[in-house]
Amino acid sequence: MPYFIYVAIGAFFGAIARFWIGKLFNHKTFPYGTLIVNLVGAFLLGLITGMGPHKYIKIMFGTGFMGAFTTFSTFKVEHLELHFKRQWKKLSTYVILTYGVGLCLAWIGFVIGS
Amino acid sequence: MLSIVIGLFGMVGALCRYYLSDVPLFVHSIFPLGTLICNLLGCFVLGWFNQRIRKSNKIHQYIKTGISTGLIGSFTTFSTFSVETLQLFKDDSVILGILYILVSFIGGWFFVWVGDKLGKSHALQVGER
Repeated sequence: MPYFIYVAIGAFFGAIARFWIGKLFNHKTFPYGTLIVNLVGAFLLGLITGMGPHKYIKIMFGTGFMGAFTTFSTFKVEHLELHFKRQWKKLSTYVILTYGVGLCLAWIGFVIGS
Repeated sequence: MLSIVIGLFGMVGALCRYYLSDVPLFVHSIFPLGTLICNLLGCFVLGWFNQRIRKSNKIHQYIKTGISTGLIGSFTTFSTFSVETLQLFKDDSVILGILYILVSFIGGWFFVWVGDKLGKSHALQVGER
């Protein structure tokens, strides 16, 4: 099967999973849902990359599922909303948690995987 | 039903990202340009979309959520960004890694703001007529 089909299958479920977690956890005052998907996704993609699986598995679960499960655009839109509301404390917490913890988790995942 | 719509739009978004990062120019460069372009472009479009299209009642709610959460959400990615940054650090390109974080951080903020502003000014023009 061509690669793109694996990407599409993974992405179908990744996008739905993100939508549900966002619906359950995104709070009016703080976007917990987006934070959760990005942190969990960064960890799991690190794990997948560390394990160095077969190309098909990597492309379906990595590029497809994790790529669609995590999001950068929604994160930045929420970032701008907190900016417009002038909630600097929440904004910095959100940004530091996403980038800082996200990178650490990706690294931990990578180490565990390899 | 809405989940299925989001899943289908998500497939399109992820495939666009896959083909954009698979361009030979990006594959052979050390710096992950493909993901960066996807992320910044997605920020701009989502900022604009939320102001311009989200408020329009001519388009079905499912299509609107499909495009924003499904298509643009899947087109951009945070997990790939994290792992690519890690790989830059691992390959001893610490400066490139820091540059990648900074460009994504400031660029994303800037593009979503420009998209938002553009969307608002469009909405205003339509309102005045």
